[in-house]
Amino acid sequence: MSVLVYTESEEGKFKKTAYEVVSYARGIADMMGTTVTAVAFNADETASLGTYGADKVMHVKNDKLGKFNANAYAAALTQAAKQESAKVIVVSSSANAKYLAPLLAIDLEAGYASNVVALPESESPFKVKRTAFTNKAFNHTEIKTDVKIVGLSKNSFGLKESQKEASEEGFEPGLDDKHFNIEVKSVDKAKDKVTIADAEIVVSGGRGLKGPENWGMIEEMADILGAATACSKPVSDMGWRPHSEHVGQTGKPVASNLYIAIGISGAIQHLAGINASKTKVVINTDPEAPFFKAADYGIVGDAFDVVPRLNEKLKEFKANNS
Amino acid sequence: MKILVCISHVPDTTSKINFTDDNTKFDTNGVQFVINPNDEFGLTRAMWFKEKQGATVDIVNVGGPETEPTLRKALAIGADTAIRIDTEALDGFQVAKELSAVAKEGNYDLIIAGRESIDYNGGMVPGMLANLIDASFVNTCISLEVEGDTATATREIDGGKETVSAKLPLVIGGQKGLVEESDLRIPNMRGIMMARKKPLTVKEPSGASVETAAVSFEKPAPKGEVKLIDPENLDQLIDLLHNEAKAI
Repeated sequence: MSVLVYTESEEGKFKKTAYEVVSYARGIADMMGTTVTAVAFNADETASLGTYGADKVMHVKNDKLGKFNANAYAAALTQAAKQESAKVIVVSSSANAKYLAPLLAIDLEAGYASNVVALPESESPFKVKRTAFTNKAFNHTEIKTDVKIVGLSKNSFGLKESQKEASEEGFEPGLDDKHFNIEVKSVDKAKDKVTIADAEIVVSGGRGLKGPENWGMIEEMADILGAATACSKPVSDMGWRPHSEHVGQTGKPVASNLYIAIGISGAIQHLAGINASKTKVVINTDPEAPFFKAADYGIVGDAFDVVPRLNEKLKEFKANNS
Repeated sequence: MKILVCISHVPDTTSKINFTDDNTKFDTNGVQFVINPNDEFGLTRAMWFKEKQGATVDIVNVGGPETEPTLRKALAIGADTAIRIDTEALDGFQVAKELSAVAKEGNYDLIIAGRESIDYNGGMVPGMLANLIDASFVNTCISLEVEGDTATATREIDGGKETVSAKLPLVIGGQKGLVEESDLRIPNMRGIMMARKKPLTVKEPSGASVETAAVSFEKPAPKGEVKLIDPENLDQLIDLLHNEAKAI
């Protein structure tokens, strides 16, 4: 009957979203008067999940699952869910979670709601609030099936501590060759760089920066703040920055704590993609730029004048506050 | 190679989003509908397979007659035949289930769908479809090559990309990167004329069940006014970000 939660880790270390989904699962379990069971794969320090409310950790230790594999992970979660008779399964909104959730939904004959932003409004009917129309609206969705899968939007629930003693037990899912039908050939991942998906702060540049040679100050700000760098669509279309940095409706979605837009006018498609960020700052020469309507704080000014001075101030602030 | 491209009919990216009937229905009044952008990147990649590797390309949509102009546009871009499954699907599962019937019947080697539609953003149809028909599945796919019975695909992961190899039949959840924005095609007059004569088959739905229901909608609360900060007083911004927004 427990609430099952898929906790993601990388090289043994839990991601922040793992703690967020556990916090959220705790909330649902409290509503339903049941317990939280986390499923972890080759992770260290599984006891840390107890801090956020996990009662039990089913730990899959299997070298074949060292790298994420959607089919095999979905099979493991399906078997864990059945063993636990879980009625609700919680996953994050990471690329990997969104990859496996639909597979899991079919295996468990479970209804799946993605991009959920809050605890269920009611348990019966099981109704959740999710974003739709690329953050331009919310949608209240009822999941009608016996088993339900909730995909939690990043940063929407936050971390909530509730001390539990997470007991660990080993779990060995039955896997065969068909679960390994996708063979990973290579992984190309920037090391030591904050990713847009994980970042608390994103610093993003637009056409107003006039050319790729001017990105030094964007990268500097990102360095100071421990932020990820991003860009608008025209910037990636012109090849100034890699596609992987493009955020917006057809690019990556951003749900950071702070989003700083520099030289980005704020086309509706761009705003849709970054709207889920909590605090938005815009720096633009044009006071009529649509971004000023979407932002919390704005500076009407020239990025080439403002950003270097702001970087100095931020450096000073960081030096005094860390 | 037989390719099926799943086409979702969605409001144009610049549409104003409003709701009617006590916030239970999307207001289509004055809204321009287009091919879902993630699907359009996939469709354009399918054209490449058609032109370079002699693939045939069918397109399929689950929807009412109002989606036919969108299907005709996809035919004008170069797809060979279109199938419309005549039902207003209520959730992603229903769409996947209806598509699976067409996919099984057509025995496709490659099924291209978008990673998500830009209206409901469910992001579940490609994976569900793959699982229902027992095909390989690669999500957030940004490049795709096929040789013989094997596909090499690159998928976007958080913070990078991963290249995988998969046996056909394969379903992908595609997105920008499959082709570049500049590779997208605007139908020309000849394409539009030819599209009129291409077969568009309307199929009865299989009557798939529904697992979730969009009960109602709401728009985000209006945002407060932006706080403007004097570019000569950047300390104020830092103070607000630290003390008010608690963002740094």
